[in-house]
Amino acid sequence: MSSAAALSWFARHELRLAWREWLAMMTGGRRRKTRAAVIGLTVFAATMHLPAWAVIGRYAGLETPLDKTSLIVITATVFLAWALMLSQAIESVTRVFYARADLDLIMSSPAKLTNVFSVRIAAIALVVTSMALVLSSPFVDVLVIGGGARWLAAFGVVVAVGLIAAAFAIAITILLFRLIGPARTRLIAQILAAIIGAGFVIALQVAAILSYGKLSRFAVLTSDAAAAYAPGPDSPVWWPARAMLGDGTALLFLLSIGLVLLGAVMTMVSPRFADTALSASAHAASGSRGSDARTFRGGSRQQALRRKEFLLLGRDPWLMSQTLMQMLYLVPPALFLWRSFSDSSTAIVLITPVIVMAAGQLAGGLAWLTISGEDAADLVATAPLPPASVIRAKIEVVLIVIAMVFAPLIAGLAFVAPLQAVVTAAGIVIAAGSATAIQLWFRVQAKRSQFRRRQTSSRIATFAEAFSSIGWAGTSGLALSIPLAAVISGLMTLGIMAATWKLSPQRD
Amino acid sequence: MVAAGKAKLGDMFMNGGTSALQLTGLTKRFDRLAVDALDLTVHAGEFYALVGPNGAGKTTTLRMVAGLLKPDAGAIGIFGIDALRDPVAAKQVLAWVSDEPMIYDKLTPIEYLEFVAGLWGIEPRRSQPAAQELLASLGLEPHRNERCEGFSKGMRQKVALAGALVHDPKLIILDEPLTGLDAVSARHVKGLLNERVRGGCTIIMTTHILEVAERMADRIGVIAAGRLVAEGTLAELRQQNGCHDMSLEDLFIALVDAKREAA
Repeated sequence: MSSAAALSWFARHELRLAWREWLAMMTGGRRRKTRAAVIGLTVFAATMHLPAWAVIGRYAGLETPLDKTSLIVITATVFLAWALMLSQAIESVTRVFYARADLDLIMSSPAKLTNVFSVRIAAIALVVTSMALVLSSPFVDVLVIGGGARWLAAFGVVVAVGLIAAAFAIAITILLFRLIGPARTRLIAQILAAIIGAGFVIALQVAAILSYGKLSRFAVLTSDAAAAYAPGPDSPVWWPARAMLGDGTALLFLLSIGLVLLGAVMTMVSPRFADTALSASAHAASGSRGSDARTFRGGSRQQALRRKEFLLLGRDPWLMSQTLMQMLYLVPPALFLWRSFSDSSTAIVLITPVIVMAAGQLAGGLAWLTISGEDAADLVATAPLPPASVIRAKIEVVLIVIAMVFAPLIAGLAFVAPLQAVVTAAGIVIAAGSATAIQLWFRVQAKRSQFRRRQTSSRIATFAEAFSSIGWAGTSGLALSIPLAAVISGLMTLGIMAATWKLSPQRD
Repeated sequence: MVAAGKAKLGDMFMNGGTSALQLTGLTKRFDRLAVDALDLTVHAGEFYALVGPNGAGKTTTLRMVAGLLKPDAGAIGIFGIDALRDPVAAKQVLAWVSDEPMIYDKLTPIEYLEFVAGLWGIEPRRSQPAAQELLASLGLEPHRNERCEGFSKGMRQKVALAGALVHDPKLIILDEPLTGLDAVSARHVKGLLNERVRGGCTIIMTTHILEVAERMADRIGVIAAGRLVAEGTLAELRQQNGCHDMSLEDLFIALVDAKREAA
């Protein structure tokens, strides 16, 4: 086989693996569900056009030359997309380093490793870019329908931004390996991914709170101050915005940057990719050391279970990346709350739904880990305590963690607005309880390492968890402003919970 | 169907004072009949090996005994306790080790043993020395504070076995316990199990390694198509088949073939 043929064969192999990984994520690993997943995804993509229309439909008619505020908003949106793609790409790269089990096979083959790993890097970039294209297509479609074919250039911008994000992600991860070693890279890379993913939006919100006393990030982007500080309309800073609007030169420039960066990363990283991946997998196999001295603790059987759950939650490598972003989104409400000590703004009501929503989402993740993600299910099932006691201990762990995370916020809120603190606390308890109940109704035994794929095990559970969190968040917010609407919203959310329970698998 | 089995249970417990395990009419059906009205008695203090071809119903039987599967019919008595009526009391005296060790990657062996002891409600003053002794005897002492995520299958199997022994069970059920162990580790484990039996513990073990059954077991049960086709000491099995110089492997093949032909 010629070198080119071998490369194209390996590229096909990589793409097939990536496709199957993606399909498994969509179908929960059940082959029969492929058609259902395709139909579901199509329906979801079609449905997404409605919110996309509501959010950006009004911008479809934008014509060049644009005013500074429009340029700022579009550029910030492109930057936000880049940050999210970078976050996703860092996670993908980390996963490839720590999880791919074919390194021995590849390295013992007579293939040229530099070429093979160049293909692998390109595959990472392709996956990240494809995902971004899928997610952005409803928005671009809306712009094309409303503003004409020139908006098709936005797809080119997404590709360019995806390539740049993939190149940065690989460079950052390799740099972390060199600086802090494989032992710490996995954790730090996940934290970094979460911070990058949420950082830009949070930074805008923080600036809006500090400058305008508002939670909306658009407050900063559309402000006169931002327009005054922004460079002139001919600045290269606006090239992404101009490329979006169909400027061919700007688009070509962006795509060139993406390709050059990815090519440079491939050239620099490919020769060392194998060493890096091997040291990562060697670290994963060697494990970490615990403390040397250990005295057994007494207590009830339920206490033993709770201790084990706390220990495992604290050591879960994926929990950090999956929940840190949710936790970071609590920073602006906390800051808003802190600012409200001196300024009794009615806008403080806005933080209740944010907090309740975060509590529901976090509880869902924790409940999956403790209830479904039981690695030694046989051991627990053969232990001399009733199944109900086991489940109760696990639920207690979820609620204790939720209480530990949200108690400081509620305590702070109680000083500023005691009634709101009570409503928020009730919302947290109900949202966390609902998310836990959904996880309980739809529990399936799985390995904790499958946490990233928990959403795919049951689509109904995933959507029910999201809708219940949104429902209880809305209900809590409305309870403070329009109580009658809160009753209606609460009843609707209860309806969602009842329907979910009805659809859940029969339990013994 | 289970109720019918339970009707027999009173008689069963009144008759057998020293049986560690008594199965009566135990039945389980999946797509096909996996366990077919199985009757089996294992005496207290006995090392019992359950052998049979793949899919014979060995693991299904033992999973029902351990409370991991509900039988469709029949009764399970563990030291006189009706395991279907009072599973918690039955589980208190029982330990289960499967061929695929289920341990926590993120716990160290000593943390795992502390958790298991806590789950069985064993006082730390008893469980801690027992755990340390087990780790030492299984050669896990140098790894006691390393997380299990980096362990080989053999080491994981030893951690799972230590977990089964740390709460000092009266009945240990082992499903292919020697899978993945090297020769030295396998000898350690066999020694440890024999020691437990000498101390009064009852062991029921499934194995594909017939030499192990031949050497370690007091009695051997041969199961095929969900039914017990032969049972006894090796000498008794030979006598039943009229071949006094047959190895267990030859006996096993003859018995399984005979069952297949009969079916």
